[in-house]
Amino acid sequence: MQSIIIDLFQKPGQYKKVAGFILVALLAAFPYIYFNNYYLHIAILVGIFVILSLSLNLITGFTGQLCLGHAAFYGVGAYVGALLMKNLQMNFFLALIVSFLVTGLFGLLLGIPTLRLRGDYLAIVTLGFGEIVRLVFINWEEVTNGPMGLRSIPAPSIMGFVLKERYMFYYLILIMVLLVLFLMNRLINSGFGMAMQTIKADEIAAESIGIYPVKYKLIAFILSSGLAGVAGCFYASYVSYISPTTFVYNTSVTILAMVVLGGLGSLAGSVIGAAVLTLIPEVLRFISDYRMLLFGALMVLMMIFKPEGFWGVSKRVKNIYKLKAGRRHHERDIKSQ
Amino acid sequence: MAILEINDLQVNYGVIPALKGLNFYVDEGEVVALIGSNGAGKTTTLHAISGIVKKAGGQIIFDGTDITNRKAHKIVGLGISQVQEGRGVFAELTVLENLRLGAYLRKNKHEIREDLMDVFELFPRLEERKSQPAGTLSGGEQQMLAIGRAMMAKPRMLLLDEPSMGLAPVVVEDIFRKIKMLNKQRHMTILLVEQNAQMALYASHRAYVIETGQIVTTGTSAELKNNDEIRKAYLGL
Repeated sequence: MQSIIIDLFQKPGQYKKVAGFILVALLAAFPYIYFNNYYLHIAILVGIFVILSLSLNLITGFTGQLCLGHAAFYGVGAYVGALLMKNLQMNFFLALIVSFLVTGLFGLLLGIPTLRLRGDYLAIVTLGFGEIVRLVFINWEEVTNGPMGLRSIPAPSIMGFVLKERYMFYYLILIMVLLVLFLMNRLINSGFGMAMQTIKADEIAAESIGIYPVKYKLIAFILSSGLAGVAGCFYASYVSYISPTTFVYNTSVTILAMVVLGGLGSLAGSVIGAAVLTLIPEVLRFISDYRMLLFGALMVLMMIFKPEGFWGVSKRVKNIYKLKAGRRHHERDIKSQ
Repeated sequence: MAILEINDLQVNYGVIPALKGLNFYVDEGEVVALIGSNGAGKTTTLHAISGIVKKAGGQIIFDGTDITNRKAHKIVGLGISQVQEGRGVFAELTVLENLRLGAYLRKNKHEIREDLMDVFELFPRLEERKSQPAGTLSGGEQQMLAIGRAMMAKPRMLLLDEPSMGLAPVVVEDIFRKIKMLNKQRHMTILLVEQNAQMALYASHRAYVIETGQIVTTGTSAELKNNDEIRKAYLGL
């Protein structure tokens, strides 16, 4: 037994796998360890924000295009899903797919004019889109019920079995998060992921090796907005009530902060960022009046001491490496002369 | 036989004309240099050929096909690889990954492998540092990497933009020796843009002198080296 464990830990890849497996097992056992509705609720929120920050990381972290309206896609997904489930009695899982497609379509329409250009045009357009979507939610009363929001959105059901308990939602979001993580990991490590990262590094250089930036930026943006829509649809069904106040600019910035704090271009970073930024306001509840103050201070300290994020590639480590590598080669060059 | 023909090429930046009707050609197996001072339109010419800037008029013909309005990534597929000014290597990726990306459009793994060996033969330094992030290389090594990456696309023609930029004179000489080797041993057709006229004339067969978006002089490099006006204006002799 001992030798098996040592064996497993000798290969770094295996070690990662084992760690991941233990983590998933712990998460799966979570409702049995802490059976408390409040904890479960927070865990489910973390799950939703993990999907949101992972999806934003795809376009902002990996492809390098700043998006400031992620909450709008989240909201469109939530409203589309809610209306379909409420008015058409559509099955949750079907509504999930339709939400993905509809928000993805919005991503496509926004992306076509903006992603053709180099620069931060996407940021401005998504910022505007976020405001427009919020105003539509408030003013299109016949459909969205205005500021009152949509009530009694049905819970998901699998062949007649209704998921009405909290722990069931917990398992559902856990499966969804794992699925998104798995797919994103495959995507990032594929040729497609490589193309995205070269576009982030240098668009002209990417073009000069035959990569068409517009295509990859568009696909990344469509996937990113579609996934946000999926998170929105789940949220609508979980909370069973949605209103325009959830999908505001503030939420977009929170998601962006999760991505940046976690580490741009890092999957693990997005998970940690979403978890930390959802948990901190809850943990700091006991000093209610000062918690936002403390939260802000934490953000500032983070940007000073660890600007690459919790799990980002450390620039400082890289510099040390650079120094060492430089010295090593310098010594060798002197010897060879 | 001209592999690249430029007829009356015009490019505007807003209302300002950058190129006012350029005419030149490059034969297969030739090294041609475009020399001129800052702002003459050298880099713009290369960007126009590789499809990065829009043209206001004129025609670019590569190997019998009109590529005037093709997109940049399509032009790479036709066989023109550009090494951009300031090198444009992917600093966070390793040397090997950079070179692999150069072969992004190619499928045949065996051929890619052979070309990788060929790049390492021309630039042994790159093989020594193949697992190092490209950002940790010296300027000269990064330039070699940029040329190597362009070679990995198996181009029929290379466009080199200021290979001497920001490099020490010794390194510049080394780079130009490699460029000459690339042409002599591997029969690569090269269009070279350079401020360092001396090195450009050393490595090229023919050269064009550009001033404010127009070609003012042309001739073989040997002729231009002995041309009094060129010597005064560009060689500082």
